[in-house]
Amino acid sequence: MSLRRYALAALASAIFAGSAVAKDYELLNVSYDPTRELYQDYNAEFTNFWKASHPGDNVKIQQSHGGSGKQARGVIDGLRADVVTLALAGDIDEIAKLNKGSLPENWQTRLPDASTPYTSTIVFLVRKGNPKGIKDWADLTKDGVSVITPNPKTSGGARWNFLAAYAYGLKANGGDEEKAKQYLKTLFKHVPVLDTGARGSTITFVNNGQGDVLLAWENEAFLALKEDGGADKFDIVVPSLSILAEPPVAVVDKNADKKGNAEIAKAYLEHLYSPAGQEIAAKNFYRPRDEKVAAKYAAQFPKLELVTIDKDFGGWKTAQPKFFNDGGVFDQIYQAQ
Amino acid sequence: MSRRISPVIPGFGLTLGYTLVYLSLIVLIPLAAMFVHAAQLTWDQFWAIISAPRVLAALQLSFGTAFFAAIINGVIGTVLAWILVRYTFPGRKVIDAMIDLPFALPTAVAGIALTALYAPNGWIGQFAADLGFKIAYTPMGITLALTFVTLPFVVRTVQPVLADIPREIEEAAACLGAKPLQVFRYILVPALLPAWLTGFALAFARGVGEYGSVIFIAGNMPFKTEILPLLIMVKLDQYDYTGATAIGVMMLVVSFILLLVINLIQRRIEKP
Amino acid sequence: MSNSTLSASTVANAARRGSPLSRRLLIGFGWLFFTLFLLLPLLIVVSQGLKMGVGTFFDAILEPDALSALKLTIIAVVISVPLNVVFGVSAAWCVSKYSFRGKSILVTLIDLPFSVSPVIAGLVYVLMFGAQGFLGPWLQDHDIQIVFALPGIVLATIFVTVPFVARELIPLMQEQGTQEEEAARLLGANGWQMFWHVTVPNIKWGLIYGVVLCTARAMGEFGAVSVVSGHIRGVTNTLPLHVEILYNEYNHVAAFAVATLLLILALFILLLKQWSESRINRLRASAAEE
Repeated sequence: MSLRRYALAALASAIFAGSAVAKDYELLNVSYDPTRELYQDYNAEFTNFWKASHPGDNVKIQQSHGGSGKQARGVIDGLRADVVTLALAGDIDEIAKLNKGSLPENWQTRLPDASTPYTSTIVFLVRKGNPKGIKDWADLTKDGVSVITPNPKTSGGARWNFLAAYAYGLKANGGDEEKAKQYLKTLFKHVPVLDTGARGSTITFVNNGQGDVLLAWENEAFLALKEDGGADKFDIVVPSLSILAEPPVAVVDKNADKKGNAEIAKAYLEHLYSPAGQEIAAKNFYRPRDEKVAAKYAAQFPKLELVTIDKDFGGWKTAQPKFFNDGGVFDQIYQAQ
Repeated sequence: MSRRISPVIPGFGLTLGYTLVYLSLIVLIPLAAMFVHAAQLTWDQFWAIISAPRVLAALQLSFGTAFFAAIINGVIGTVLAWILVRYTFPGRKVIDAMIDLPFALPTAVAGIALTALYAPNGWIGQFAADLGFKIAYTPMGITLALTFVTLPFVVRTVQPVLADIPREIEEAAACLGAKPLQVFRYILVPALLPAWLTGFALAFARGVGEYGSVIFIAGNMPFKTEILPLLIMVKLDQYDYTGATAIGVMMLVVSFILLLVINLIQRRIEKP
Repeated sequence: MSNSTLSASTVANAARRGSPLSRRLLIGFGWLFFTLFLLLPLLIVVSQGLKMGVGTFFDAILEPDALSALKLTIIAVVISVPLNVVFGVSAAWCVSKYSFRGKSILVTLIDLPFSVSPVIAGLVYVLMFGAQGFLGPWLQDHDIQIVFALPGIVLATIFVTVPFVARELIPLMQEQGTQEEEAARLLGANGWQMFWHVTVPNIKWGLIYGVVLCTARAMGEFGAVSVVSGHIRGVTNTLPLHVEILYNEYNHVAAFAVATLLLILALFILLLKQWSESRINRLRASAAEE
């Protein structure tokens, strides 16, 4: 009986829907820690955008956030992400490598700007009035300064922090790698808490009152100022040199194809590059790629010297094993203590 | 074979069979999967992973803090069990009801609450900060979290046994001239020891594996405040599954041996 | 270690003998510890949860994601607890009514989930059912999802709560022995009649106690579920995971509000437990009088 009723309902809806086939989409975006607010805004924008050209469709976008490495591992182990928007390209490379057939090895060439629709950098968040007088990387290793950063082994943001500090160490010592390592070793002696994720570190600094300076994503630092009363408690300090942090995005073809989401998943990521998408990124304190939007928000993002992962570190495929795998620079720093 | 089936009570085959099948499906086969995964390593590789200095430091920290927490609970838990059984006082029922709270409270909530209390700007942490020491983000903070999470074990194992000891025995001993110390040594200790050991061992084993409540308060510094379960997570996040399972296997073997020894001791004490 | 216990209990002994001072000291010590370790963490959760007023509190717990997390938590509890009850009764039956070789090992295996790190409990299911796991390819071919979906969450919950009912029943049934059951059999009852009319009434309150603890733990499990959940908002977040997410979104008041909800559920369950426990004690007392 229920079967007959079901058939009738199906027939009725087919008649009423007419020729345009309305579809229900459930899209899963697996992302890293600090993008919660960004994608909350963007998902609303994208849903409207999609419905404008596909009236009758239902779009439901689901979010999952966590440390970048942990999220990539979830997708490798079978979390059915249609798109991944992670903290660094190295994590998406691992998905391509370890979950065979999920997306092609050359995924990064499929979208403009090496698949990074927005960028960020690493800045310092200090307590109001900057009581310890922190202006640049050199000040972090002064006596009595305590520095909060997450663990580079588990956090994508922390890896950008680490490489930015290393780049400074190289520059300050005329390219001497040993001295750069020495700088990092001293720096990490000033770190009392290593959280597993970028957001954990921010909370340790902001809510639990630990440390004099937080090494943070620029967007994360701005967000801390925006939170209630944050602007009265903290200042942002921009160092002389930092790194261009490039968080990439990609469609996980295997999952999107299976769920019939290939088309909408692609559109979801492409729309990030549109003026509307770029505007939302800028409003959430990510540096937009689009020049017009970037010009509009120029006052918000200070200019500074930025090294890049591809030019200065030979890309993640080189940097990851050299710095962060077992026995890498990070381990050497801690081993020797 | 010491197997003895009561001639009239049915269901031995059924219940034992069901128990074994269920345990196998839920616990044993999944755990075996971990062993199989770790078996990809040679013995030397396995040894190299679990004897790496950072793993050893975490091992020392996890077992050390869990041991301390179990000791603290061994003492305080016994005192709590004692006053709950032997005295009536205002609020006894409240304490008795709430002892199990750490079992019921999600460990993450416990971690967040304890950090809020003991961080240097927390309700209690600020006093410690004034005195010049830190609780959160040190091994002390970890011990504290573990003490909280494992509190019910000792209380709940000692309490019923203590309630079963007839007071007349102690009183008789005292009448016969036994000093309090002798009453304690010859009557209470032998009666309470098996239960106390069980509680201690369960608290210890649980403490070694605890994750949720600890990561918030630990500080997670390699070599200083990084616990074993976190190290497993760190290895996983680096896509090092075999490394993670190697540490997992080591922890599992240790806790199995610990529990087995305790169960054997208990049987020994029960059947002199 | 025995030294410290020794001194503590010696004091206690003396106290009982009518030294009101040390008796008060002990009770005071108990209260102090209880306040510092149990009461204060509770107070901080509740006070933070209610900081912005009752309205915000209810907004936080009635928000759709919180409700879906509550629903998922309840589903996980409703599936896992009955399964563990059947297992617990069956395990307690064979352990307490018969003696056989290897019993110590069986009891140890039943206890094992108590001491397995939650992280490992979650990891083993990923190794079994994850896309790269032993059964992963087969599951994918048949489009069955276990980890990062409801089945994985339920499995992890079952794993961590396996021992509770069995642990509660084993000592009780051992104490009760087999005479009553034997008598029932001799009077002509069949196996099920004996079980329903003799055994179940005898173990009823212990069973309730075990169920209550099992429920409380199943509701609150964090570590193991966190590994297999996938953290999809509104889909695979349980209440404890939702607390963590809110906390990580600077939404402290909401995080503590949901934590307060969990706390109230836990306290309610503990009250149930206290009630069943007092019934057990009364039953024992009346049995002793007979």
